[in-house]
Amino acid sequence: MSDYTIKDKVAIAGIAETAYYKRGAAPVSEFQLTLEAIIQAAADAGMDVRDIDGFASYSNDRNDPPRLAAALGSPDLSFSNMFWGGGGGGGSGAVANASAALVAGYSKYVVVYRGLAQGQFGRFGQGSQARTISGAAAYTAPYGLMSPAQSFAMRVNRFMHDHGIGQNPLKAISLASYHHAQSNPRAVMYGRPLTAEDYDNSRWIVEPFHLFDCCMENDGAAAVILTTVERARDLRQKPAILLAAAQGSDYRQAAPAHNSPDYGTSNFKTVAKRLYGMAGIDPKDVDVCQSYENFTGGVMMSLVEHGFCAPDEVEQFMTFENFQAPSGKLPLNTSGGNLAECYMHGLELITEAVRQIRGESTAQVPNVDISMVCSGPMVQPVSDLILRK
Amino acid sequence: MTTEATTYLPAGLPQPAPAVDGLDTEFWAATRRHELVVQKCNACGGFQFGPEWVCHHCHSFDLGWQRVSGNGRIYSWERVWHPVHPALKNACPYLVVLVELPDAGNVRMPGNLLGDPLQPIIIGSAVEAVFEDHDGSETLVQWRVTDGG
Repeated sequence: MSDYTIKDKVAIAGIAETAYYKRGAAPVSEFQLTLEAIIQAAADAGMDVRDIDGFASYSNDRNDPPRLAAALGSPDLSFSNMFWGGGGGGGSGAVANASAALVAGYSKYVVVYRGLAQGQFGRFGQGSQARTISGAAAYTAPYGLMSPAQSFAMRVNRFMHDHGIGQNPLKAISLASYHHAQSNPRAVMYGRPLTAEDYDNSRWIVEPFHLFDCCMENDGAAAVILTTVERARDLRQKPAILLAAAQGSDYRQAAPAHNSPDYGTSNFKTVAKRLYGMAGIDPKDVDVCQSYENFTGGVMMSLVEHGFCAPDEVEQFMTFENFQAPSGKLPLNTSGGNLAECYMHGLELITEAVRQIRGESTAQVPNVDISMVCSGPMVQPVSDLILRK
Repeated sequence: MTTEATTYLPAGLPQPAPAVDGLDTEFWAATRRHELVVQKCNACGGFQFGPEWVCHHCHSFDLGWQRVSGNGRIYSWERVWHPVHPALKNACPYLVVLVELPDAGNVRMPGNLLGDPLQPIIIGSAVEAVFEDHDGSETLVQWRVTDGG
């Protein structure tokens, strides 16, 4: 379809991640972690890492393409791209940007990467230590409204209020991630199962988020290599073909001091519409979904805004049973995701979506034709992608 | 509107400083006078908060400030249990509310809800602005449930 120039033209040909660590536990530098992930992704694809001529990342990744290209001895750096915005909103967006570069002919092989060693830099979960603060943060931080969990809890509380939703959907999302992590040896929470009682008894971070509604903070790196479908077919792995990708933000979602007109939202309403429009599929066609969990409440709103159920069906639809691989109605976050595999800023969701297409997940869903990723609820901008066989 | 003698949260949190580009100088000057002001477009009359250099309704750069009553409604809320700043170590739980202002186009302002941190919160409750002075810093805008709530 001529309107959608990346549809069916690009594939993820290689994926890799380093070992995943607790925050501060990485034995090597963040830059080395990033290099390791890129080198291993090239090995997974069966290509020379020097053939990577494009680099794309997101969330102000500190490991910039010129330094990476120099370190790797890349002869030709032809695309160097950063998806604006924080959090995990740009994971799928970086893949979308890489795809655009491939279809435009800027590059032949583009790596999307994320390196994160929070122990070596600042933590996301801590408030600013500055004595004074200016701009939009001046309307929030002095009131103890400082951390990501605190920034999003009021959006979720409003959504739950508007639709009469209780705690159970959030619990189901958390339990699904921890359940899937128990079969994933890469997961930081592998061997540390979570029961419903553990969840209920866990401390509040900020209502409505218990401890286990919140992502971890970790060290590690991950990378995925994209190329055209034609080139991908000459490489080692079965290509995961990009059916659609979309990025963006709804009307004035970044209005300062919590003034977005639509407030109880994950910010996916326009993006999801564009995603399905490009893909030419419906939500019922999705076999498995990786939906970014900064906090479970964002996943809940994201699944609604991607059309998996209506707001008044959340309590019925969003159950632990429905989210479990292999046979749930919507197997969700099948690697354990940000809650229980690793907070790799959602790039681990994209590697998992590829594994589901390849048939190599540790919580494999049978006969996956359509594998979806939703990157970054409640931040601005957000992004999505859909892979097919 | 009333004034609070003590502060809701302990000292040590980042305190507001007017933006160096002057965008919100008047907002913080007004809170020191114990007045609540909201940015208002001189061209179309539209309100916006936080302030911006252009009116998002009509794109006029001719923006001023309108004093408002300080009467609002709770739009959303959260009860914070985990301290993310050393100054908050012994201050949890505390309440944050998002208040919409009907006499300013329903713009919203975040702040703390004064009183018992374990009080039940009802979205839609009527609240009023309370000015909380800080030594050597700007005056914060807090909120208190009114009888009409």
